[in-house]
Parts: sequence; structure tokens; C-alpha cells
Amino acid sequence: MSRIVVVTSGKGGVGKTTTSAAFATGLALRGYKTAVIDFDVGLRNLDLIMGCERRVVYDFVNVINGEASLKQALIRDKRTENLHVLPASQTRDKDALTKEGVGKVINDLREDHFDFVVCDSPAGIERGAHMAMYFADDAIVVTNPEVSSVRDSDRILGLLQSKTQKAEQGDSVREHLLITRYSPSRVEAGEMLGMEDILEILAVPLIGVIPESQSVLQASNSGSPVILDKASDAGQAYDDFVRRFLGETVPHRFLDVEKKGFFKRLFG
Amino acid sequence: MAWFDYFRQGKQGSAKLAKERLQIVIAHERIDRNGPEYLPQLRRDIMSVIRKYVPITEEQVNVQFEKGTDYDVLELNIALPEREH
Ligand SMILES: Nc1ncnc2c1ncn2[C@@H]1O[C@H](COP(=O)(O)OP(=O)(O)OP(=O)(O)O)[C@@H](O)[C@H]1O
Ligand SMILES: [Mg+2]
Repeated sequence: MSRIVVVTSGKGGVGKTTTSAAFATGLALRGYKTAVIDFDVGLRNLDLIMGCERRVVYDFVNVINGEASLKQALIRDKRTENLHVLPASQTRDKDALTKEGVGKVINDLREDHFDFVVCDSPAGIERGAHMAMYFADDAIVVTNPEVSSVRDSDRILGLLQSKTQKAEQGDSVREHLLITRYSPSRVEAGEMLGMEDILEILAVPLIGVIPESQSVLQASNSGSPVILDKASDAGQAYDDFVRRFLGETVPHRFLDVEKKGFFKRLFG
Repeated sequence: MAWFDYFRQGKQGSAKLAKERLQIVIAHERIDRNGPEYLPQLRRDIMSVIRKYVPITEEQVNVQFEKGTDYDVLELNIALPEREH
């Protein structure tokens, strides 16, 4: 049985692609056969974050249109075994993703015995975002501690509860809240919404908190998902998140301001 | 360190304010979402009827739908323009 997971947010630039790349890599590292699909038609970027941009030959829309087979279009990750990337099309045709077409690709992945299919949603609530969530069993709702992101997350939750296949069948998509770009020092200073505040407003189970971290930019510069940077705080937080998703109980980290030692305080 | 605390105080409010504003706007949007599909059109129709008699802006008409246990409530709140004396 394949599990289809959408990474979504409503608001743009909150960390969906960063999360999709880290999440899919983390699942594959644990031995699960995983595909990660870029649904951002016209704004392909997952390939860059995964570091496979020069190996793109065919894309998602080519497969839907029958111009290439799924096998031809899936890019096998060079670093991580069990990991496959399906890049977005750069077409400007926003109607390229049809429900039938996307459904067929997802079904083919099921038949190929993929354990997980991670759908990297585009921003917004238009067709691309709708198609990314439609077949989902689980949703990772990516939220930044900031008013417009929290509000958009609530709208996306409304869509997950009404505009998905699961919802149409009277069932529900499992929702998980992932807070990213979290800055404990700013929360402590009262400048930024805290984790508890966001949880109270959205009332969705928390699956992880990823700190604001320079390692994310470094990872995207080098085209290597941040979860592979095992020394970094964001990499470790993403790894914790993957373990929680797989059912482990892992305490949350990186929520408090790092207390500086005496010497660090003196000498910076 | 008193001066430091003083500056901290000023900032303390902004996250709190963010939370309060979010709670209000999200509560409203959830009501709209859970209400019947005709709600937005009903709101527009009501607006145009009232406008035949008094000039009124979007913000002055508040249509709320609330699901109750026995029956649902449609609440209509219209703030008329200030009287001129
Ligand atoms: N934890 C983090 N710390 C610091 N920077 C981050 C973090 N997460 C994401 N970013 C940065 O935020 C920017 C947006 O990230 P990303 O592309 O993953 O967002 P997105 O939600 O996929 O955007 P879009 O809506 O355009 O698809 C990138 O520059 C990324 O490096
Ligand atoms: Mg993206």
C-alpha cells in the first residue's frame, strides 16, 4: 500500500519544497521506496533543491500527456537509494494537470510498489495546489510563525476537509502541522508567534518545528537536501519529523533559546 | 537593566496582537466556510437591496451563519451611516 502525502501551505515561500526534499530523502534513507513529485507547473524548483536539475529529460506533464513513460521521467536520486524525483513541467499551460492524468500517475506509482509518494504543492489555492492534495492520505501543512501564513494554513485545512478525494468519500485526510523558520529568540522576545499560539489557533496535531537556519540556504546552494546535513539544527529537526511521521515518539527540540555558557557570553 | 526591560515591553505586544487578530479573522472565515454555499451571494443581494435606500459599504453589512443543535441561525447586522443633525 502506497501512502500519498501532500506538502502544502497556501502561502508561498514558507518552505514546502525544502520540506518535501528533506522528507522524501528521510523516508528513503530509512529504506522506503519513495517518489517526490513537483506539482509547481511553470515554476520547477524541486529538481534544484534535490540537485538533479541537469538530469531532467521528461517531466510530469509529459507523462500525463503520454509523451513519456513514468519510468522514463522518474529521476533516480544519485545519493540516496530508493528515492525518485518527478520534475514539474515548465509549460505555461496551467490546465496541464488534469485529475485523470494525475490520478493515473499516482496509480502507476502504487502499482510500482512505492511506499510513499510526496507531493510538493505550489503556493495558492488554484489548480496545481488542488491537484497536489486531491489524492492525499496525509497532509503536511507547512506554516511559518507569521499572521498571513497561519491564516492561509487555516484556509488550506478547509480545502483538505472538502476538496479532496478522501473528503468526497466521507473520509478525511490526516493532517499534520509542521512549523518552519522558527526563531526561539524572537518568540521569547514576544516578537514572533509561539508554537503554542499557532497550535491553539489551528488545532492540528504538531509533527515538527524546524528552526530558522543558515544550513537551509547552504543546502539549497549545493543541491543537497538539508536532512543530509546531519550536523545542522534544521537537518536534525527534519530527521525528528520523519521519525515522528513513521510513528516514533520523539521529543521536540530547538524550541528554546540556546543558553550561552559563561565564556560564550563574555566573548560572544 | 531596567532600560533593557523597558524596550522589551514595547515588543511584547506584537506577537500577542498577532494572535488576537488571527483568532478573530479565522473564526469568521470558518463560519463562512461551514455555512451554506449561497451565503456570499446572499450577502451581495442584501447589500444591493439596502443600497437602494441608504448608501452603505461592504464592512457595514455583516452576515453570519451559525450552526446550532436544533436549528441554524442566520444573523444579519447592518450598521447604518451616522445620522446628520
Ligand atoms: N528553516 C529555514 N531556515 C531558513 N531559511 C529557510 C528555511 N526553510 C525555508 N527557507 C528558505 O525559504 C525560502 C523558500 O523556501 P521553499 O522554496 O522551500 O518554499 P516553498 O514554500 O516551496 O515556496 P513556493 O511557495 O514558492 O513553492 C528559500 O529561500 C529557503 O531557503
Ligand atoms: Mg516550492
